[in-house]
Amino acid sequence: MNIHKQVLTTASLLMIFAIIGSGIVGLTYESTYEKIKRNEQLVLLRKLNTILSPSEYDNDLLADQIELDEDSLLGTHGPSKAYLAYRNNRPVAIVLSPVAPNGYSGPINMLVGIYHDGTIAGVRVVKHRETPGLGDAVESQRSDWILGFDNKSLENPTPKKWKVKRDGGEFDQFTGATITPRAVVKAVHSALLYFQEHRKELFKETQDGSGTVKNS
Amino acid sequence: MAAEQLKIVKNGLWGNNVALVQLLGLCPLLAVSGTFINGLGLGLATMLTLVASNASVSIIRHWVRPEVRIPIFVLIIASIVTTIELAMNAWFHELFLILGIFIPLIVTNCSIIARAESFASKNTVFDSALDGFMMGMGFLLVLVTLGTLREVIGAGTLFANAHLMFGEGARSMLLTLSDDYPGFLLAVLPPGAFIGLGLLIAIKNHIDKRSVSSQAVIAETPAETPAG
Repeated sequence: MNIHKQVLTTASLLMIFAIIGSGIVGLTYESTYEKIKRNEQLVLLRKLNTILSPSEYDNDLLADQIELDEDSLLGTHGPSKAYLAYRNNRPVAIVLSPVAPNGYSGPINMLVGIYHDGTIAGVRVVKHRETPGLGDAVESQRSDWILGFDNKSLENPTPKKWKVKRDGGEFDQFTGATITPRAVVKAVHSALLYFQEHRKELFKETQDGSGTVKNS
Repeated sequence: MAAEQLKIVKNGLWGNNVALVQLLGLCPLLAVSGTFINGLGLGLATMLTLVASNASVSIIRHWVRPEVRIPIFVLIIASIVTTIELAMNAWFHELFLILGIFIPLIVTNCSIIARAESFASKNTVFDSALDGFMMGMGFLLVLVTLGTLREVIGAGTLFANAHLMFGEGARSMLLTLSDDYPGFLLAVLPPGAFIGLGLLIAIKNHIDKRSVSSQAVIAETPAETPAG
């Protein structure tokens, strides 16, 4: 009998602490949820704004986002996000989020902004695991290399030159790191190809009255 | 009374330092000490966790039955760490993004449960909180020292990314030691962390040895053995 009582008190003690613990965590979660969500969107928007300056468009990029099916040109194995920029209801640009699958140590996630006419607005690396000090020069904080894509398009440079210099192309590689820039150049080029193939449908989805998204 | 607390302070900062003597929590220590600010961020989060967990464990020490004390300690520590993680995500979002996985991993830092078990469960709330603070401070100081060393040697800068913690105004805190510093990769990569920590431990042992021999061999109280 005594043992039963002891087990019961011990168990209820454990339960009380479990309830208190989850209560505290739950409360904190509730009270920080909104703020965390806003933070994440702000970070994303800030990243998008380094590609497309806010003066170039007048819609809410985060509201006008669409989901693209997986595509080998985007290097994605699942749905990926794309953000549409409009100005006076005219399509200005789209920001795709392709993946370079063949980085030195795993995939490199990127954002590629492409103007409506097919020239590049800007490229940024969002997530990567390249070697610090070597491959990580693809980050815009570490070097200006990634800015070299600005204003490029499928015709400029010519398809043959869409490579790093070592492969006979136009883009610099880094000392001691060729694989990373090679992967990024290839992924940007594929993203342009994807854009060329899908331009009409990409912009249609929110533009022409299909009623899916706003038309303000 | 005061002597007791002085001992807690000394133990935490030096004699029984979490990182240099107990060698606990090395995984986050080695992984996050790449820059000064990263070290400071993780150090503060760990310190906060230690103070909160030590204080709570001490408050409930008379009610907790010994056979379930470990699960209860773990529960408390996990709740505290999750709360801190959420709070950091909300108020220091970008720093949180950098420290990433190492914030939730504070929960696996052995020093926290070790202090709960070996100190907080036997001492008053004030002493326990002080012990948590000082142990955390000792850990933080090592993190920051290692972070400074690795940042200066590896990248030639100091206080990079300070704005993530202190707001935009702190961007000007960035010190660049030399404009065309080539960088020293070894210090940035994991081996640099091991070598740096090894050096710090060696320096500490050297200082301890010197002070012992200069004090004409007064028997030093040996450091507590690590708990886990």
